[in-house]
Amino acid sequence: MTMYLKQQLEDGVAAAAPVAGTGCRGVRWLAALTGDAQLDGSYCAALHVADATLAGQPARYIAVVPDPHNRFARVRNGEIGLLEGWQLARAVHEVIEADRDAAVKRPIVAVIDVASQAYGRTEEAYGIHQALAGAAGAYAEARLAGHPVIGLIVGSAMSGAFLAHGYQANRLIAFDDPKVMVHAMGKASAARITLRSVEALEQLAASVPPMAYDIRNYASLGLLWRVLSPADPDAPGAADLAMVRQSLEEALADIVASGRSDLAGRQNDGLRQASGKVRELLRQQWQGAAR
Amino acid sequence: MNTSELLARDSFIERNARSRAKALLDEGSMTELVGPFDRITSPWLAMQQLVVQADDGVVVAKGTLEGLPTVVLAIEGAFQGGSMGEVGGAKIAGALELAAEDNRTGVPTQAAILFETGGVRLQEANLGLAAIAEIQAAIVDLRRYRPVIGISAGTVGCYGGMSIAAGLCSYLVLTGEARLGLNGPQVIEQEAGVAEFDSRNRPLIWSLTGGAQRHQSGLADLCVEDDTAIMRATVARLFRQGVPKQHRSARYADFLASLAQLDASVPATAQQVRAIYTRGVQS
Repeated sequence: MTMYLKQQLEDGVAAAAPVAGTGCRGVRWLAALTGDAQLDGSYCAALHVADATLAGQPARYIAVVPDPHNRFARVRNGEIGLLEGWQLARAVHEVIEADRDAAVKRPIVAVIDVASQAYGRTEEAYGIHQALAGAAGAYAEARLAGHPVIGLIVGSAMSGAFLAHGYQANRLIAFDDPKVMVHAMGKASAARITLRSVEALEQLAASVPPMAYDIRNYASLGLLWRVLSPADPDAPGAADLAMVRQSLEEALADIVASGRSDLAGRQNDGLRQASGKVRELLRQQWQGAAR
Repeated sequence: MNTSELLARDSFIERNARSRAKALLDEGSMTELVGPFDRITSPWLAMQQLVVQADDGVVVAKGTLEGLPTVVLAIEGAFQGGSMGEVGGAKIAGALELAAEDNRTGVPTQAAILFETGGVRLQEANLGLAAIAEIQAAIVDLRRYRPVIGISAGTVGCYGGMSIAAGLCSYLVLTGEARLGLNGPQVIEQEAGVAEFDSRNRPLIWSLTGGAQRHQSGLADLCVEDDTAIMRATVARLFRQGVPKQHRSARYADFLASLAQLDASVPATAQQVRAIYTRGVQS
């Protein structure tokens, strides 16, 4: 894709009004991190894929961005739909294939600002769950094949969209910013499903950390590798960009030094003590059980 | 099926999670791990004055199937809609992780997951989501060595992040009573309006997301009768088949080619989905 087209896309995105209000962050941070690298024009407009470098070695950067002209009406505000899920799968499988015989597997950076999965009849009918499985499975396979995968949360990381794009990363980095949100479901729907009012839900979320939508509560769960505080998360300046790039490089070094391709890196202290207890007990009882 | 056959039938759906797991394993081989007597319950439900359950709605059953080491992870749809909280989620993820570890040390442990779940338990929201990501990671790890078989018998079905986990399984078995989809009908209606999806239109829901349709459009491998013996024989046969050459979740080229033919401007019908996917995906 030409730089002109890339610019046009960014203009088109800027003209749209994304629901979550942060939809342009993915576009901007991916563009800033990849510099002069061109977007791969073979992907749908909602997928920005660019091959650049990280710590001096080749790396693939991927973001899902708002596409106001998407032919699927429910996928115009930065959601992940059928095509986006399967195209993510393709973007990651391409890297696995290209490095199949390489001694050093190139890192993949998922720049995360995803409003949600697409909610629509067509999406359900054609199996959006399978499309998202395509994406999540591809990221997991890349990680297991030895590709360092880093998720950079710059905006929303919602529900199925986060599972498909980023949650399989070896390391997760997030911006400490009020517009950064991680959750399983939007407030109105969550209230309906749990038979509560939105007000009651908000009240509970204030005292039950995993129910909260903000990044500070999320950080308390122990799933993030690092939290960053850029001066302007909406417009990457030189100092912010340098800080983010340095953190990505440190995450990469940390993954390589750990020698692990699993998600053990996120089983930190935090509030997930019950998870640790379950795993410990399972391990104790596992060997004694019948084989 | 006549009346006497119906009365003699050993329904799989009518069994609870523990009984389903036991029925799939060789007789007398089942040991339950982190069971109700270990009393690890959800700290988050208790904090909200909601009823907890001693197994948090997940049964980890280890044993053998046709003599091979097998772990069955059965979700109890009757507790909190089979939703995934921190404890139940960690039981499934942790067991799958140990099964994969077994394979790396020469023990060919295989796994079946009984999905009866609405997805994330919203009272534990982000911890449920995190656990589901770990379940997905563990499925992809284990399926390299031995098949991971997903089963949704009904009547809860399989929704939310766990439908993505089902889409990662080596094989997926449904009954006509099961539904499989990402977003529940109520959620679509809430997010996109009743014109997009009417959550009270049950025939529409079943025609698009029911077990028969998912099988006929290639999004599930089989749709079987609600019969315990048939279910057990089906699972055993799929394990014997071994790891598929290509997992459904890796078939992006086939799915993208199929979706390129779809007219997104008209509401999808069951017939269209079958027509498009029968040509492009089921081969």
